[in-house]
Amino acid sequence: MAESPRPLVKVSGLARYFDVSAPWLNRVLDGQPRLILRAVDGLDFEISKGETLALVGESGCGKSTVARLVVGLYRPSTGSIVFDGVDMAGLGGRAEMAPIRRRLQMIFQDPYASLNPRWRVSAIVSEPIRAFRLIEGESKIVERVGQLLRQVGLSPVDGEKYPHEFSGGQRQRISIARALSSQPEFLVCDEPTSALDVSVQAQILNLMKDLQRQLGLTYLFISHNLAVVRHIADRVGVMYLGRLAEIGPKTTLFTLPRHPYTRMLLDTIPDLDMTGCKRTPVAGEVPNPINPPSGCAFHPRCPFANDRCKTERPEPKANETGSITACHAVEEGRPPAGPLPAAAA
Amino acid sequence: MKTWRNLKDLIRRFAGSDVFFSFKRSPTVVAAFLLTLIFLVAAVFAPWIVPHNTYDVASLNLMDARLPPAWIEGGRATYLLGTDEQGRDVFSTIILGSRVSLLVGFASVILALTLGVALGLIAGYVGGVTDTVIMRVADVKLSFPAILIVLLIDGVARGVMPRDLHDKAAVYVIVLAIGFSAWIQYARTVRGLTLVEKNKEYVQAARVIGLHPILIMFRHVLPNVTGPVLVIATLGLGIAVLTESTLSFLGVGVPPTEPSLGTLIRIGNNFLFSGEWWMAIFPGIFLVLLVLSVNLLGDWLRDALNPKLR
Amino acid sequence: MAALLEVEHLRIEFPTRRGTLVAVDDVSFSIDEGEVLGVVGESGAGKSLTGTAIIGLLEPPGRVAAGEIRLMGRRIDDLPYEEIRKIRGKQIGAVFQDPLTSLNPLYSVGRQLIETIQTHTDLSPTQARTRALELLQEVGIPAAERRVDHYPHQFSGGMRQRVVIALALCVNPKLVIADEPTTALDVSIQAQIIALLKRLCRDHGTAIMLITHDMGVIAETADRVAVMYAGRIAEIGPVRSVIKEAKHPYSHGLMGSIPKINDTKERLDQIEGSMPRLTEIPPGCAFNPRCPHVFERCRVERPELLDAGATRASCWLYAHG
Repeated sequence: MAESPRPLVKVSGLARYFDVSAPWLNRVLDGQPRLILRAVDGLDFEISKGETLALVGESGCGKSTVARLVVGLYRPSTGSIVFDGVDMAGLGGRAEMAPIRRRLQMIFQDPYASLNPRWRVSAIVSEPIRAFRLIEGESKIVERVGQLLRQVGLSPVDGEKYPHEFSGGQRQRISIARALSSQPEFLVCDEPTSALDVSVQAQILNLMKDLQRQLGLTYLFISHNLAVVRHIADRVGVMYLGRLAEIGPKTTLFTLPRHPYTRMLLDTIPDLDMTGCKRTPVAGEVPNPINPPSGCAFHPRCPFANDRCKTERPEPKANETGSITACHAVEEGRPPAGPLPAAAA
Repeated sequence: MKTWRNLKDLIRRFAGSDVFFSFKRSPTVVAAFLLTLIFLVAAVFAPWIVPHNTYDVASLNLMDARLPPAWIEGGRATYLLGTDEQGRDVFSTIILGSRVSLLVGFASVILALTLGVALGLIAGYVGGVTDTVIMRVADVKLSFPAILIVLLIDGVARGVMPRDLHDKAAVYVIVLAIGFSAWIQYARTVRGLTLVEKNKEYVQAARVIGLHPILIMFRHVLPNVTGPVLVIATLGLGIAVLTESTLSFLGVGVPPTEPSLGTLIRIGNNFLFSGEWWMAIFPGIFLVLLVLSVNLLGDWLRDALNPKLR
Repeated sequence: MAALLEVEHLRIEFPTRRGTLVAVDDVSFSIDEGEVLGVVGESGAGKSLTGTAIIGLLEPPGRVAAGEIRLMGRRIDDLPYEEIRKIRGKQIGAVFQDPLTSLNPLYSVGRQLIETIQTHTDLSPTQARTRALELLQEVGIPAAERRVDHYPHQFSGGMRQRVVIALALCVNPKLVIADEPTTALDVSIQAQIIALLKRLCRDHGTAIMLITHDMGVIAETADRVAVMYAGRIAEIGPVRSVIKEAKHPYSHGLMGSIPKINDTKERLDQIEGSMPRLTEIPPGCAFNPRCPHVFERCRVERPELLDAGATRASCWLYAHG
């Protein structure tokens, strides 16, 4: 996708730390130090209008924190999020935020927790309309809600029901209708299909693609499922322990992965075409993000790591293929092309 | 039109609900419910029901004092449960007394509920220092017996108010005292539930559109914590009625001119050993039945609303 | 030789006040020795219940209302509690989704292993400990001698699942029921656990009933697969055949709806609607309201498993004569 002159969303140096220390008294008594969880630790990316950027990674990599930072549920510890030229950190009060908030919305993972069980569907879907006072007059709001429900494949009469009367997939449609009701340009989707069954997941992914085409939406799509990401994204960022290991156009990333972690992930996902084929799984697990490894956080699991990786943190560098990789080994041309060497299982 | 449809919808949902089903299945609960209903109706319509207006001092006849219940020799049919030492009809004083008791009970529960739910919501949702302060106050409050707090508040009120004013304001002082001693349970429960609810994604969705925290608390979180609050309130009603009776029995409650059940038992207590047992026993039985049926209702509600026990 | 496990016309019911819910209805399949049978389906399809019924852990009010479960020719679904408990440890092992709830947090991993071993064998405490160590090494726990005395919370999710597998394999069971063993794990760990299960199955000749919603896991691990829908088996057959040329319209649609890493098509195939609730299962074929090939017979008569080339599908499209 061609880079437009000004990206819709530009994130630079974004970081968010959480203080996960024990209470003060316990710390003093046990002589424990403060514990800081670096959930997101220096992230740069841009999203152009109309494209889908997907962030993938294993649990604890900070991808969901990024989603919450971008929609303003968390304040960044450092770094900036610029939405359509406006730095969101510079906006003070609720009133100043409102015009920006209207333009960005979020779709959540758990369709059973994301809808208030005590509210009727019509009230849920119309909440953003009322909050931003987008439409005046009850009958017009009802009409708009009906239209939104139809747009996501439900019927206007469904507005009279309560969330528990719907299946998981239908609830996720309601969630999407609510997100669309403020006519946003940018949707942050945090694992929107990972709680759904595959056949329903296909319905929701197709719906999201259709809506993107019809309404010109821009997506930030968070997922742990590479196959889903491959299907929905234009560009993909791979996260590992709060940092971007690699980011680039989808086809480049999937056909010419450079970072050893990306290659490992691509190698390990079970796929339907893999029937009976033998693979050598990569050893090791994601380290504790409270106490991440020095240097490049991936070095203990990396087959190409050397002493430099243990001490010096790699900075993102552009590859000739169009992707950006943060890896000393790639920079120095250490990893051989072709499949990963077998690591001990 | 719309409210009517909502009401119909509500009734339909209730009739089909598991709560209603478990209600129908338990005869004890149905009996407790009917009994409570009778008590409530009797209390509300007391002035029209009672055979004698015992508040009207002019109508009292000292000649009728200390009459036994109607079925005992010397009793009269007009005084079904006998009379007290001032010639007041015991049956009428009980009905009018339960009116006072229930009034104090309901009012103090509403006070405690409002205070506790609001503080619990704020403590749970805002968190941080606000939470710590509210919950520490609750902890300190919890380390005193409730009756002590009530006696303290009542004592202070007696000290600052002249005698006749205090008698007039006695009911309000009691309500205030009981309400202030009972809010903690609501606050703790609501805080715990709020901590769970506030991390749910529907609350986050409301935060994404920038809804004011107060609106999120009351529109989103509050409707989802009402079940347990209802249970505490029902059980709390029984406790409040008992606390009021205890206070009145101790003589620090409502004045004898408009006696509550506790006052009646206190008055009757003086005549218990001189053979006029009906003055204390009947109000006592009435109080036990009232509190028991309210508590049975509360216990059942707790089980019925708890999905784990279903 | 008879199959290791035979399930015939299994029916699991949940009596409720609104009537009896049939969660699993007329399910028949068998597992041979050393075979990996995958069971896929959407949540609520009855796949986990089938597994729990086989190990005899069905929670009341759920009950086996009809059918038989036979292990090595012996009927096990009507045994008294003590008997089924013996079988559960010795002949059938279980691995569940959440490794944390399968382990007792108050006992060290070694103690749990040793206790299980001693319950079912005559080994002395020292021998049992040696066996526990062997098992931990076998499932790939590094520094097993040291880790054996650690408590479950000291292990990571992937390592815990390895411990659970060791626990299931304690006394060399003939069959392991693995219910979503990789769902709670990250992809890279998931691959490790799949590889482990496959290796153990090969080395010990253990049969595995692998219950999961993840077709990718099944594709890599299973020999045969049963696709369940609304409490019934829609299709059963060799993994390759079901994936490449599913005969039942549901399994066909299911395969098409899975996003594939090497596939670049714009839209995924989708099955309209969603699986009916247990209270609203339509008459005839349960899939008929969503089926693109539906015809009159599907709406009235319920199909049995019929031969459909390489697989067996319960679909009237394959009724010949």
